[in-house]
Amino acid sequence: MKSMYLAFVAIVVLALAADFALDRAGFSSQEVASGPAVRLD
Amino acid sequence: MATITQRLLAFSAALMLVLLQGTAALAQEAAPADPRAATGGAQTLEDILARQRGEHVDYTFRREATGDPAKAARATEQLGTLGGVSDPELWRALRYGSAEVIVSSRAPAAEVVIQDSGMTWLAFRKGPLSSYGGYLLLGVLAALALFYLLRGRIRIDGEKTGITILRFSAIERFAHWLLAGSFVLLGITGLTLLFGRRVLIPLIGHEAYSPYAIAGKWVHNNVSWAFMLGLVMVTVFWLVHNIPNRHDLKWLAVGGGLFSKHVHPPAKKFNAGQKIIFWAVLVLGVSISVSGLSLLFPFQMPLFAATFAKLNALGLPQMAGLGELPSQLLPHQEMQLAQLWHAIVAFVFMALILAHIYLGTLGMEGAFDAMGTGQVDEQWAKEHHGLWYEEVTGKPAHDPASHPAE
Repeated sequence: MKSMYLAFVAIVVLALAADFALDRAGFSSQEVASGPAVRLD
Repeated sequence: MATITQRLLAFSAALMLVLLQGTAALAQEAAPADPRAATGGAQTLEDILARQRGEHVDYTFRREATGDPAKAARATEQLGTLGGVSDPELWRALRYGSAEVIVSSRAPAAEVVIQDSGMTWLAFRKGPLSSYGGYLLLGVLAALALFYLLRGRIRIDGEKTGITILRFSAIERFAHWLLAGSFVLLGITGLTLLFGRRVLIPLIGHEAYSPYAIAGKWVHNNVSWAFMLGLVMVTVFWLVHNIPNRHDLKWLAVGGGLFSKHVHPPAKKFNAGQKIIFWAVLVLGVSISVSGLSLLFPFQMPLFAATFAKLNALGLPQMAGLGELPSQLLPHQEMQLAQLWHAIVAFVFMALILAHIYLGTLGMEGAFDAMGTGQVDEQWAKEHHGLWYEEVTGKPAHDPASHPAE
């Protein structure tokens, strides 16, 4: 059962890491759909 | 002299005949009466009624009625318009994608103001996609319930020995649960994306639904990576074991023993039924991942125009009576087709996995242990994967004195 729990933890970690990494890499909708003249935050 | 006059008369008569015939012929080749002359080129009552009946109407006359600035009155004249086209002509150009639009936004496809073909997608998503998909899942659940009622739980026939052998190693189980756990999350959130507004808002209201839907979208987009990693791992570990062999024919011939008691056809590490699931998961998983990536990175990965062009070249759509598929698609059309394909594959995928989950939990005694702890009872292994048991332990799966149930 340990492998199963580890896998579930891995899913959560991968999801958080992917969200963070893609945002940093400039793939968030905010970045892709706007230009330097737009203030969204 | 008379002869010359006669010749002149004859010549003039012939000339007149030729000219008359010529003008008559010209009159016949003249353009036929404009069918939309009554409305001055706009759609007629017949067009409207045909569209309401769901018939195909050729909209070329509207698509091309986008005005001609070169021939228009200048803005300073009485009926002159700014830009040389009237408002309806401008909106037609925007609707049919022939207007030149310049935007300051960097976003892809930002210059699209109206997308005419989007209505077809919307109707399909709300209609056939939702209903056929939903009924497929309900039908599979009903079939599984019926199977359980008729067949019951498939028990281990012989006495459990209490001795276990290792079926799946830790890393194999990790890979499976990475794939399975993410699949369940993606399935639930995916169904929410399609049905949530229609099914959940009437139940829990807008205020409660909104944070759930936002979270669901985040989960669906970000858990997809774990799914793709799990798919790669499962393929690497098990591809070799899922190549069909001659034992699979024997297994399939008796339906795997699913529909009859005490029938245990031969199987190595994976039986034929499991191989079918493996290859389905691989093919559907890759397809759903590729369309999913296209949806994750909007307008960056158009797939359908090229696919349709290749299919047209192979002649398949023509053979199916669909004619040529469009090989030039608008950006939003590409995204919409990606969404439809992703959802159709998802429904088929979920239907198969519901059966897989059933067999691995309720359906077969001893099956879950294989993926849970990795250890299975020797009796279970002898009955369900006899050839694999013999390979792993070196001991015979069946008592030589008795007849194997093949």
